[in-house]
Amino acid sequence: MTAVKRDIISKLQEQILSLQGCKPIGDGPAMDFGLGQISASFPGKVFPLAAIHEFLSTNLEDAAASGGFISALLSTLMQKGGLCLWISTQRKIFPPSMITFGLSPERIVFIDLSSERDVLWASEEALKCESLAAVVTELDELNFAQSRRLQLVIEKSRVTSFIIRKNAEKLSSTLAAARWKISALPSGAIDGMPGLGFPKWNVELLKIKNGLPGNWTVEYCGGSFNILNQTVIHTGEIRKAV
Amino acid sequence: MMQKRYMSIWFSTLLTDWIRIKRPALKALPLVFSDKAANRMIITAVSHEAALLGIHQGMPLADARAIVPGLEVIENQSHKSEKLLKAIGEWCIRYSPLVAIEEDQGLTLDISGCAHLWGGEREYLREIVNRLRGLGYYVRAAVSDTMGTAWAVSRYGKTTPIVKSGEELSALLSLPPMALRLSPLASQKLIKLGLKTVESFISMPRSVLRRRIGEESMERIEQVLGQKQERFSPIALPEVYSARLESMEPIRTRKGIELAIEKLLTQLCAHLKKDGMGIRSALLQSYRIDGKLIRTVIGTNGPSANISHLFKLFSLKIDQIEPKMGIELFTMDAAKVETLDPRQEALWMAEKGMEDQKVCELLDRLAGKVGPQAIQRYLPQPHHWPERSIKKVDSLLEPLSLPWRTDRPRPVQLLNIPEPVQVSAPIPDYPPMLFRYQGITHQVKKADGPERIEREWWLEEGEHRDYYQLEDAEGKRYWLFRSGHYSSEKTSGWFIHGFFA
Repeated sequence: MTAVKRDIISKLQEQILSLQGCKPIGDGPAMDFGLGQISASFPGKVFPLAAIHEFLSTNLEDAAASGGFISALLSTLMQKGGLCLWISTQRKIFPPSMITFGLSPERIVFIDLSSERDVLWASEEALKCESLAAVVTELDELNFAQSRRLQLVIEKSRVTSFIIRKNAEKLSSTLAAARWKISALPSGAIDGMPGLGFPKWNVELLKIKNGLPGNWTVEYCGGSFNILNQTVIHTGEIRKAV
Repeated sequence: MMQKRYMSIWFSTLLTDWIRIKRPALKALPLVFSDKAANRMIITAVSHEAALLGIHQGMPLADARAIVPGLEVIENQSHKSEKLLKAIGEWCIRYSPLVAIEEDQGLTLDISGCAHLWGGEREYLREIVNRLRGLGYYVRAAVSDTMGTAWAVSRYGKTTPIVKSGEELSALLSLPPMALRLSPLASQKLIKLGLKTVESFISMPRSVLRRRIGEESMERIEQVLGQKQERFSPIALPEVYSARLESMEPIRTRKGIELAIEKLLTQLCAHLKKDGMGIRSALLQSYRIDGKLIRTVIGTNGPSANISHLFKLFSLKIDQIEPKMGIELFTMDAAKVETLDPRQEALWMAEKGMEDQKVCELLDRLAGKVGPQAIQRYLPQPHHWPERSIKKVDSLLEPLSLPWRTDRPRPVQLLNIPEPVQVSAPIPDYPPMLFRYQGITHQVKKADGPERIEREWWLEEGEHRDYYQLEDAEGKRYWLFRSGHYSSEKTSGWFIHGFFA
């Protein structure tokens, strides 16, 4: 009986997913982002592509951590070729650093704009272009209506959107499939040597549509993620936390 | 070779006509322009009314005021005439692609093969003269095989303004020697000798004439008669790829402008595709009925001869074309073209290479709205100074010529300008123990460095930097440097420059 119920539930979940614009990608094998245990939190255990991923970063330190994490994701996403657009105002990201995360900086086209409105417009235009591998947008704020506009465009073009929200104090609910927060953790020593170790982050998945939020300690070494420990948060708790 | 035909247009009262168009209240008043020359005010331009009262160019202003007490004087504006002629010349490009500014306030048009479009030279000339007079400029024009004859007839001619091919000499015979553009000295000399018309001296032996009026004037005579080529320097060279569209009726609506752009693009792209070329930058010129010329420029990130794409770029800018009373003529030039290679694609485009056209079109659209300077792509540059280690490139296709360096860690976030921080560090070359940035004190737990980066002395002067990677108690990672060596005089030479992931 329970097996039948579970089967029905998983089928219904699939239907709901597709109704929400979250269709499984292509027929090829799912892309492996090397996220290990984190993947278990995603709907269908697959990193949601063709969706909006929000990253909260209020200060430059968090922005650096998010930048590194996103670069590592992009390097996987862009393995099959294509270009990525990085749209922002007052950009501080330093392209040569991306090579550390396996991403070739010359494949990123930076769009430096002067107003938030232009950033939103450019992001919408960019997301319409299905030839792009991904679009990264740095924004202060994103309201529900704006996120819906982007989501509608994405459903047609199937491009993945990363949005870095620089003003996380005014958090409004959006149509993002996932909300991440990446912050730095003290690095471990490499072979007991003094000095800085590999980048180590506290990866918080605060919201994930049709998935389980969680909290992981992740180290990035030698071109791959290394998940050190995890806490999966139950939905009730995350409601309180956000 | 086709017989060349030239038209000379003379603006006898250019400046005074111009100021009257601007200030109609000055109409019918005696009006002069004056400029300071050798500590005196000298008259530089005279209106028709003032000329009738006996005022002429070169006269001191004081004398002219004595003759006409109520004289209207415009001071220090004479330099405008050059600019004005150029503007009118650009307007005249609608009649011929080759327009040049000639001496003594006039324009020369190379009208070879143009006049038949207006139904013959007579109609062509009438059209131009009427239009210019309608704008308020008093003009005289003449057409001839040589620039010199056209010049002479427009200024001194008394009969027909159109000189038929091969009849230059007979048209000139009754004109004074000045008509040959001789130097004032040479023409005065001829008049003094009683040679008051061209007829009286033109058949003299060359050697005799040369002795009297000099080599330069002889050259002028030969040019007028077409025995010697004269240089023609147009104000704008016509583009190889260009299209024009005249409207039957002035266009005032957005839809009309859109149709015009589409038609022009179809013409232009057909021509370009035949030669395997694509547009990098195109210029649309809309000639408004009130004489104003509106320029609209678009640029692309890669050569394109795709009509619908180029049209989209123009359509972003249609709002800037204000038709007012209506637009009577559109021209479109491909200002910059490049070879269109269908196989041209970047190596890194691997699987999606076939679709890079779409990305180019997207970037063109963005550039059209926010300006091309907003779009940046970076390649490494052989410089070790961090700010100079990358260069901006404007082409999507420029390949990587130099590998990215991976041996030195570089921060994810880099401040455009390093900010000073307060630091407490033990004696030389040890990393700081703590530093204060934006009011927060960070305890340094781990550190790497120093990495000394020298100034590139061949480019700029200044002190070297000793960079440290620091990690504070919370695990946040920073890039700090000390500028120059330690010294007892200065307390802090420390700056924060970046943030690591």
